Amino acid sequence: MSDRKPFRWHILVFLAPAVLVYTAIMIIPLFATLNLSLYTKVDRVSQFNGLGNFRTLFGDPRWSASFWNALGNNTWFFIVHMLVQNPIGILLAAILSNPRLRGAAFYRTAIFIPTILSFVVVGFVWKLMLSPIWGVAPDLLSAVGLKSWFAPWLGKEAYALTTLALISVWQFVGIPMMLIYAALLSIPDEVIEASEMDGITGASQFWKIKLPLILPSIGIISILTFVGNFNAFDLIYSAQGALAGPNFATDILGTFLYRTFFGFQLQLGDQNMGATIATAMFFIILIGVCIYLFAIQTRLRRYQF
Amino acid sequence: MTKTKLIGALMASTLLASAAYAEDVTLTIESWRNDDVLIWQDTIIPAFEVANPGIKIVFAPTAPAEYNAVLNSKLDAGSAGDLVTCRPFDASLELYKKGNLADLTSLAAMANFSPVAKSAWQTDDGAATFCVPMASVIHGFIYNKDAFDALGIAVPTTRDEFFAALDKIKADGTYIPLAMGTNDQWEAATMGYNNIGPNYWKGEEGRLALIAGTQKLTDADWVAPFTELARWKDYLGDGFEAQTYPDSQNLFTLGRAAIYPAGSWEISGFNKQAGFKMGAFPPPVQAAGDTCYISDHTDIALGMNAKSAHPEETKKFLEWVGSPEFATMYANALPGFFSLNSTPVAMEDPLAQEFVSWRGKCQSSIRSTYQILSRGTPNLENETWNASANVIKATETPDAAAARLQEGLASWYAPQKAN
Repeated sequence: MSDRKPFRWHILVFLAPAVLVYTAIMIIPLFATLNLSLYTKVDRVSQFNGLGNFRTLFGDPRWSASFWNALGNNTWFFIVHMLVQNPIGILLAAILSNPRLRGAAFYRTAIFIPTILSFVVVGFVWKLMLSPIWGVAPDLLSAVGLKSWFAPWLGKEAYALTTLALISVWQFVGIPMMLIYAALLSIPDEVIEASEMDGITGASQFWKIKLPLILPSIGIISILTFVGNFNAFDLIYSAQGALAGPNFATDILGTFLYRTFFGFQLQLGDQNMGATIATAMFFIILIGVCIYLFAIQTRLRRYQF
Repeated sequence: MTKTKLIGALMASTLLASAAYAEDVTLTIESWRNDDVLIWQDTIIPAFEVANPGIKIVFAPTAPAEYNAVLNSKLDAGSAGDLVTCRPFDASLELYKKGNLADLTSLAAMANFSPVAKSAWQTDDGAATFCVPMASVIHGFIYNKDAFDALGIAVPTTRDEFFAALDKIKADGTYIPLAMGTNDQWEAATMGYNNIGPNYWKGEEGRLALIAGTQKLTDADWVAPFTELARWKDYLGDGFEAQTYPDSQNLFTLGRAAIYPAGSWEISGFNKQAGFKMGAFPPPVQAAGDTCYISDHTDIALGMNAKSAHPEETKKFLEWVGSPEFATMYANALPGFFSLNSTPVAMEDPLAQEFVSWRGKCQSSIRSTYQILSRGTPNLENETWNASANVIKATETPDAAAARLQEGLASWYAPQKAN
């Protein structure tokens, strides 16, 4: 007789597939990338270089100029999403959750559809719409007498990045909308009724009752936006190409990494510097997520019903 | 039981299949020319297969922008085809040095090519040649003949005539004078800077002096093409900043633009698309009677995968690719890709004939940034794209652009450091 519990093998067995797949396609490549960033090639032979690649990336005036330019652009890309995409998403969700709105299902679907489109489609269609030669944008503006407002936005350094960020907002506004919508629906009717009893209705009901209850969802959306934006690449690549023109005005970390790692035109790919940039991106995202987890999420109040 | 039987049957069928193919050797060609699939399948490959029974050729292209990356990974994995289409200069040289491309110096067909034709696929000392040259592309301007006739413009030969013609087209207003945009950047560098540049830096003379370090990108001859490009701005269409390469092609072939700064590779596409008569002229010179220089860029060649399982058959195919027979077939199937073979090739396309006739009256050169100078970081070719686009948009002055390029080049290229 032994009162020791038998070892619960089934736990290991059930975990194994997920752990194996995750290790093979996420953890090993991640560490391989971190490892690759510590090496350099001298005459086609790999040599350990310590933190030399990072010294080049941050110390060499050219590399660091490209890096800070990409990081700055990436930050602006993120800010536009936070200031435009998420408030609009919340607003749309608040409107959709109004029980008196007719056709809510239609609007919900229509606004969500761009999210499932491919980046290549979105990039191409918007590029065509904004084209000064064939696009509908100049014609539409001139129809309302605002032709002078039109500019070849994607070709101007001052506007290109903001334009692309807004295109991305158009594509993805459905995601915060859906998440907030779900959060709003999960607020129990008793809470709403109680607030109505106390005379809180309309806009003040949203600000005082609903908003505090959906704050955790907004936090999740912010962190998803952060990770998504700092890993972004597809839209810029499909709309502006790997050189992220005009004059690198739309170069973000993803396109900078791609150009370095795979090379471009006559520039041969440099796997080690590419991995260095990828590692820098990894740490930027890691720091951002940590700030969120430890500084923000722990302070969010949760309500139990 | 059924499962084992099924597997057995499958294995037997693969054995049979491989046995059936064992008589023929199949060679695969890696290429970025996916536009040419039909020409290879319908014209070139059958011609070779009829003459060489027992060898089958498969043309397996990848998208141009992905070719280099895909090829490199295939070569590393050992799954690349027997024949590898070679990019000019460093991309292929690197493959040769890594041992991916075989040395083809001893190929009999190499005698059919001039040293200049082979230079793009040789080691720096010229000792080893690793690809059989196939074709070059020539830069110039293609114009809408109907538009020129309607406006009474003669084909310009000097720069003053060129800008006078542009002014006249602009004043008339029917056509956009020049079909070019800066969105994709490379148009500005390739069809702009490297198109008009050789006339200023005297072709090979300036190009080799730059490599030797006796001239600098900030010298007057190298800044002047930027100065001319800056003048183009006024003749481009509205919103040229967001105009892409296909936009420019369409503006011209739809008859909305009068002059297209071109590479000869456009010829076959334009012949199909354009509903008007076209002509071509080389980059205009400073004064009538000056020697003209053209960019006759060695662009495409064919090499052998060093790990090919069928080296004998592959070499046999390469000997054929180096023959005058192939040259004639290729040049006529793809007007605008001009044979590098020393034997003169008769071409039927009038526009292609016009382009190739410049070889007789002008001095040929290749793009200034391709040989050696784009080996380091920052990459001179890619920087030139950016600089040319900036100069046309007037966001950077010609002098500042040239100074930036020179500084970048001197930062890693020893012969330029001394200056």
